[in-house]
Amino acid sequence: MNIDSIKNGIVIDHITAGKGMELYALLNLDSLSCPIVIGKNLPSGKMGTKDIIKIDADISLNTDILGYIDPDVTINIIKNGQIAEKKTVSLPERLVNVISCKNPRCITSCEQELDQVFTLTDKENRVYRCLYCETKAKEENH
Amino acid sequence: MRSLIDIKELSLEELDSLIATALDIIDNPQKYSEKCKGKKLATLFFEPSTRTRLSFEAAMYELGGNVLGFSEASSSSAAKGESVSDTAKMISCYADIIAMRHPKEGAPLVAAMNATIPVVNAGDGGHNHPTQTLADLLTIKRKKGRFDNLTVGLCGDLKFGRTVHSLISALSRYAGIKFVLISPEELRIPSYVKTDVLDKNGIEYVETTDLTGAMPSLDILYMTRVQKERFFNEEDYLRLKDSYILNPQKLENAKSDLCIMHPLPRVNEISVAVDKDPRACYFEQALNGKYMRMALILMLLGIK
Repeated sequence: MNIDSIKNGIVIDHITAGKGMELYALLNLDSLSCPIVIGKNLPSGKMGTKDIIKIDADISLNTDILGYIDPDVTINIIKNGQIAEKKTVSLPERLVNVISCKNPRCITSCEQELDQVFTLTDKENRVYRCLYCETKAKEENH
Repeated sequence: MRSLIDIKELSLEELDSLIATALDIIDNPQKYSEKCKGKKLATLFFEPSTRTRLSFEAAMYELGGNVLGFSEASSSSAAKGESVSDTAKMISCYADIIAMRHPKEGAPLVAAMNATIPVVNAGDGGHNHPTQTLADLLTIKRKKGRFDNLTVGLCGDLKFGRTVHSLISALSRYAGIKFVLISPEELRIPSYVKTDVLDKNGIEYVETTDLTGAMPSLDILYMTRVQKERFFNEEDYLRLKDSYILNPQKLENAKSDLCIMHPLPRVNEISVAVDKDPRACYFEQALNGKYMRMALILMLLGIK
């Protein structure tokens, strides 16, 4: 399968296999009109298999979302067909409007205009808790 | 400008200072009778409460201040759909400090983020109730003279009991504390309290369903009510509400200097016969709540 290299844009590489579509949705890439390629289950020397997303436009990415969903991804910034910059992401200390609190007793359940804020309370175990009610975020919160 | 939403926000030094102020208030009430003259406390109670609201009001009156507010959501503009943020901004125009109770967890934090005056969390759902913990700590201090090297039994609803979670969090900062967690299987302490507080601080604890068996080891027995309002299902509530009832027989093997505490209101989990026992401290605990709220109001208003 051959896909033309992008000239100016972003390649999100080393995505854990299976998380590519989730990132596509959360990063709201569906709203872009530029060419986007999603590769799923591609062979990877380092990871066995991986997903990859190529975006043929120089856009601003929400690195908090990338860090929360898959902190091991690599972001390659492509300029004039060359990798101009390689970036890694880290677990964000704070997530704003990325995931929602599912606790029916939380104030966010009845005051919809409040920002959904989660803070990293346990880095080692990647635990995020709702700022307001301290309920632990679960995988299905996003 | 400082608020109090969670007991963990207070350092051990600040707790010591609040307790010292409360003890001084007990000894010298006259000295404090006009400290808050000209100041107003707004009690915003979106959920019914007798003790906490009256305790806050009594605290402010005894400091020479005034009180305004409401005691249920239906008599506030929340009934018209006003947000907590807007209520907090509006009340900031009228009062000097807010005490807020709300059925939704995190509501007082939202108020604190939007108010321009200090906000005290007077209970938010099953989440936090820091001033109850302050009352509990003053009671322990007055009865035991220390916070370290105590075996503390917590009995009843340990799952939804916010006072229990806050007390565990506060006492876990002291050395030599051991908890005996006594509850039915369905109302055991949430796992996050075990991992994030007890295990994290290396605190010794045991979980048991046997109140009588645990009794001889206890220095403090903290009873709690199985609260109807925390259940979505009435069947579960009816099945569990009478799980643990403390009566004189159960106290036969208790230490002579046991301190029996309860955040109140009591329904039937402590039989009235226990009230006469000199080890019953729960009404004094309610009184201690007023002194600690007085000390807290002074601290948050920056009044020496």
